[in-house]
Amino acid sequence: MLAPVTHILALTTIIRKRLLPAPGRVVVKLNQKVSATDVVAEADFAREHVLIEVARVLGISGDAADRLITCKVGEKLAEGAVVADGGGLFPRLIRVPRAGRVKAVGGGQVLLDVGDTGLELRAGIPGEIVEIVQNRGVVIQTSGALIQGVWGNSRIDTGLLLSLADKPDDVLEARRLDVSLRGSILLAGYCQDAETLKAAAELPVRGLILSSILPALLPLARQMRYPILVTDSFGRQPMNLTAFKILSTNSKREITINAEPYDRYSGTHPEAVIPLPVTQNPSPPRDVETFAPGQQVRLRRAPHAGAVGTLVNLRAGLTTLPNGLRVAAGEVRLENGEQTIVPLVNLEVVG
Amino acid sequence: MPASIIEGDSLLAVDVGTATTRAMLFDVVDGRYRFIAIGQSPTTAQAPFKDIGEGVRQAIENLQNVTGRTFIDTDRRLITSSQPDGSGVDAFTATISAGSTLKVVVAGLLSDVSLESAKHLAESTYARVVETLGLNDTRLAQEQIDSIINACPDLIVIAGGTDGGASHSLQKVLEVIGLACYLLPQDKRPAILFAGNQEMEAEVRSSLAPLTSSIHIAPNIRPSVEVEDLQPARKELGRAFVDIRKRQIKGVEELDMWTGGHLLPSAFAEGRILHFLSKLYGDDKALLAVDLGASSATVMAGFGNGLTMSVYPHLGMGVGLAGLLQYTTLENIARWLPTDVPPQTLNDYLYQKALYPTSIPATKEDLYIEQALARETLQIALQTSQKKFPASAPVLREGLLPLFEIILAGGSVISNAPTLGQSLLLLLDAVQPAGITTIILDQNNLLPALGAAAERNSILPVQVLESGAFVNLATVVSPISTARYGTPILRARLIYDDGTESSVDVRQGGLETLPLSIGQTARLNVRPLRRADIGQGPGRSSSIRVNGSALGIVLDARGRPLNLPADAVRRRELNKKWHWTVGG
Repeated sequence: MLAPVTHILALTTIIRKRLLPAPGRVVVKLNQKVSATDVVAEADFAREHVLIEVARVLGISGDAADRLITCKVGEKLAEGAVVADGGGLFPRLIRVPRAGRVKAVGGGQVLLDVGDTGLELRAGIPGEIVEIVQNRGVVIQTSGALIQGVWGNSRIDTGLLLSLADKPDDVLEARRLDVSLRGSILLAGYCQDAETLKAAAELPVRGLILSSILPALLPLARQMRYPILVTDSFGRQPMNLTAFKILSTNSKREITINAEPYDRYSGTHPEAVIPLPVTQNPSPPRDVETFAPGQQVRLRRAPHAGAVGTLVNLRAGLTTLPNGLRVAAGEVRLENGEQTIVPLVNLEVVG
Repeated sequence: MPASIIEGDSLLAVDVGTATTRAMLFDVVDGRYRFIAIGQSPTTAQAPFKDIGEGVRQAIENLQNVTGRTFIDTDRRLITSSQPDGSGVDAFTATISAGSTLKVVVAGLLSDVSLESAKHLAESTYARVVETLGLNDTRLAQEQIDSIINACPDLIVIAGGTDGGASHSLQKVLEVIGLACYLLPQDKRPAILFAGNQEMEAEVRSSLAPLTSSIHIAPNIRPSVEVEDLQPARKELGRAFVDIRKRQIKGVEELDMWTGGHLLPSAFAEGRILHFLSKLYGDDKALLAVDLGASSATVMAGFGNGLTMSVYPHLGMGVGLAGLLQYTTLENIARWLPTDVPPQTLNDYLYQKALYPTSIPATKEDLYIEQALARETLQIALQTSQKKFPASAPVLREGLLPLFEIILAGGSVISNAPTLGQSLLLLLDAVQPAGITTIILDQNNLLPALGAAAERNSILPVQVLESGAFVNLATVVSPISTARYGTPILRARLIYDDGTESSVDVRQGGLETLPLSIGQTARLNVRPLRRADIGQGPGRSSSIRVNGSALGIVLDARGRPLNLPADAVRRRELNKKWHWTVGG
């Protein structure tokens, strides 16, 4: 059976394609080194427009109005600039209400792009540009530790990783946030109150890595200007031991959080990257797996939600669970030595 | 041999769902079409595959393993006709519901006429209306343009104008849509479905075709102010849906080719089979089909020649659960639980399930929560879609569901429940039928496949439905009564064909069963007491022939609507008791 894969790796090669949502300009060069927050491509895409209905204002036909329009497509106009002259004894000048660029002219109308039209694409991870996708974006490569999470608040930043969690089930509380942590990215446990998120913003920190977060805090977490990466779940759940070990052993190294939201269709995950020096690039992680004994797996649902273990056996046929459901299942040995039967659909390969 | 307009007899049908891809084989056995076997695989529309082809081939290979027959060759291509060595299939159909919910802008003229109909049309597929443009819209044209750009729709549905009526207002709407499409990047331009004044077709084509990803023209969904006719436009909407999916997901184009260009949205195919059955049963028998999948809840109702179809992507048992509390409360969900579950646990469950939509409950408590969520989401879906049912549909009391002769139910949370009793109780709690109803379970999710097959072979669906491929769950009698709790309101007597009898008196608030196994038939005499109504009028008795079913005759006198006790302990006890009554 095909297995979903989450990458939680101490050392791997990380390759990310970053593309603009609309055609634009790539502003970096091949083999250039970039940081996560560097802009790699730009586009002009207006989300605000002004439609000037010259024909209607002058009370004439579209064709007649077109002959009176003085601006051209692509022309930049200042606020108040004239786009049509109605002529006559008392000339009626049609002016643009806002500065902008002429996008279309025709049918007695002028359409302008106005407001902020700049669209910037940031690198998302530190690394080297290994491919340019013309007019659209880049492919970036780096080596290091990679921890993919389950939720992110769409922010990106880089900073020094400091650990505030002594164990995977620590609780992050506001009183533990002091000035010595300013400008760092914090490895913490789970967050259960708004004060903690606000206190982290006031320091400010450059990021939070949480094991889990209460669903009620998600709207506030989205508003925070620093990135928040949730590694495991919603509610109160400890961090999976694999991620916790990798993060805690890399304390005081530079880390980048790209907390872009999880998208099942594009495959983007919120993730943390810790660049590490290598003499030879390790193999990139496998994105496609089928379940097989020996794999490291994470349990997605109760009991043991979030626990990591080893898949030791795929059971033949269907297995009846304690609640009566009959499913394809596997036997998993947890890190505490306990062996448990888990539906395959509740497992994901960690690797 | 059955008459069939397709050559040959075997049919391979593939349904690509959000979570699971199913390959189903139908063939002729003893002169009649039968459902033979099913092969399943996880759907591979999402990353890392981003191509449904892998899941389709795996599902077919699993079907090959089950049947010992070969349907795809060594190059993993479909063998499209039966070969002398037994490999291949004579016909192939496919349906799809996988993919993210379509973002749809609806545009029309009057908000309670063409715009309302355009919304109804959009709601009959896997879509969410993200923006509305109409005559009553007081925004400037430039604001309307920006609203379309910011919505970045997959599809724009345009309705409005009676055939041969005025066109000026509609031209203004087309102009706004055209400008918005022009401003969008070429690869983000939406598909357009026009289902308005048919005299505008040429103008719509010439002005919008160069600015869209694909253009579809359907008959007017509001040919006159009084008449709404969605059925012809649903087919074109289905084609638009498939065209959008072809651009979004790899492998859809190839699957469409395998079907000869007849790939259908699963909901459309399901609607077709319900419409087909509805016409077959005639005007006096209304049919209801409910399906609760990972990506959506679907409610369809057939009233003779009329069909209402509603797809609710926000009410699926997967990703949509994170937003469920916009439509209900944790208390409403908790009322269905037989055990005490803290509100925080319920809330966490919603988000965890939304995160892993294909995961299943592995503990008893999680199963209770999952089934409670299913009851709540299905009930909301039914209450929403009930507003679209024709006013002429007979009801026993205002606000209740119309009388449905047959209820067809599917979706894995219902059909894969550990016991059929749990499936039935979930449906009774959520749907709350009134009168006398037969409840049928589509355990293998065959309805979309039958709907797809019906276009080319009208005999296959009928014979498969009669073949036992569906589970006849129960014949349910649900009286409507104002009697006090505990008062006897129904006397039921079941006379078996061998002359033996079973009888039971049912009290207001009670749930009782009479055994009648599959294969048995009997006569059911029901005598309402204290003017209770079972669909014949207050106090009027009924005597009907009934076929056996998995759970026999179920007499549900718990009240309509079902008002659960406010006291949590008493309520949980009742939930346990009812659970026990239907077999645990």
